[in-house]
Amino acid sequence: MQLKEERLRSLLIRGLAGDPSAYHLFLGELSAHLRSFLRRRMPRLPEETEDLVQELLLAIHNQRHTYDLEQPLTAWVQAIARYKLIDLLRRRSRTDGLHDPLDDDDELFAVADTEPAEARHDLAKLLKQLPDRQRLPILYVKIEGGSVADAAKRTGMSESAVKVGIHRGLKALAVKIRSIA
Amino acid sequence: MKTEDLVSLLAAGVEPIDVRGTARRYGLALIGGMLGALAITVGILHLNRALSQEVFEPMFWVREAYCATLESLGLVAVTRLARPGIRLGVVPAGIGAVLIAMWTLAALILMMAPARDRAHLLLGATAAVCPFLITLVAAPLFVAFVWILRGLAPTQLRSAGAALGFAAGSFGALAYSLHCPELTAPFIGVWYLLGMLIPTAIGALFGPRLMRW
Repeated sequence: MQLKEERLRSLLIRGLAGDPSAYHLFLGELSAHLRSFLRRRMPRLPEETEDLVQELLLAIHNQRHTYDLEQPLTAWVQAIARYKLIDLLRRRSRTDGLHDPLDDDDELFAVADTEPAEARHDLAKLLKQLPDRQRLPILYVKIEGGSVADAAKRTGMSESAVKVGIHRGLKALAVKIRSIA
Repeated sequence: MKTEDLVSLLAAGVEPIDVRGTARRYGLALIGGMLGALAITVGILHLNRALSQEVFEPMFWVREAYCATLESLGLVAVTRLARPGIRLGVVPAGIGAVLIAMWTLAALILMMAPARDRAHLLLGATAAVCPFLITLVAAPLFVAFVWILRGLAPTQLRSAGAALGFAAGSFGALAYSLHCPELTAPFIGVWYLLGMLIPTAIGALFGPRLMRW
């Protein structure tokens, strides 16, 4: 588990420095842990687990600048996961879904669940609702995998406007997910 | 969208994080908030005319140190509560220690003073307005702190709201002290503190609505 923490932490730190493949591995492995964490904590809301996994991934991505490099990764991820889980339950006011108390524990990285259920909201659909100055940069850079320079050329936007569009678009997506979940 | 597709989307072309971004956010907001607080103090309330003599009195510096220490502790509380999974640690105890020191000094001064002077030591001439004026001076700082925290990720919104209110209130009290003619420990221990606690309560009340993410 300590090894797992160290491995994920070093992947995240490389991701924060702008290494996409390390960051991809980080998010991929993290999603399995989040899924298992949430399945154990909301056993009566199984159909919502995958939605919350996705909401959490988006939140973790959008807030990655708040990770303190000295801090245990478990503590940071767990605080975000608990915040989002409590937020969801409060929006539902279905506190009966809360099976386990949401205490701090160290088991987050001890178990993983690599079998995703279907997410019910389609992020691709939500993405289509974003304004063009956010949607097109996300489409060209994040989905088609092109460069920022390339996206700037295709949209006629400046490179910094493309970066801002991606950043704001992913934040707007997080707000949209939250408002329907 | 499948979760693995979301992972690919988020990772694709990910940009390096600007490590100084958060510090810049704090710096900009606090400079703006402080300028706003000083503008209210100087422009609306005016500077204390006796300021140039008062700076030679030890009690002037005790008051400034009291506000500045509480302000630093409030700022530390905000920076900790702004990030997920970081605990407050000794900050509340530190605030308690500063308050106890000031109250001890205030109690000694009241005990040593002749009975007829005690009410004036406690109330001065401005007790009725002091907490409200500190709250007014703190308003730009309150806005600045909310803006800072909206760009970060507080997970305990009520505590973060209280912390930002306390930090704004104690920054505000420091700016307000340039206007305020009161220099007694009992006054500062009670009315300055109340001026910090009003924004604290406002922050705790509205924190969850202002900072939800």
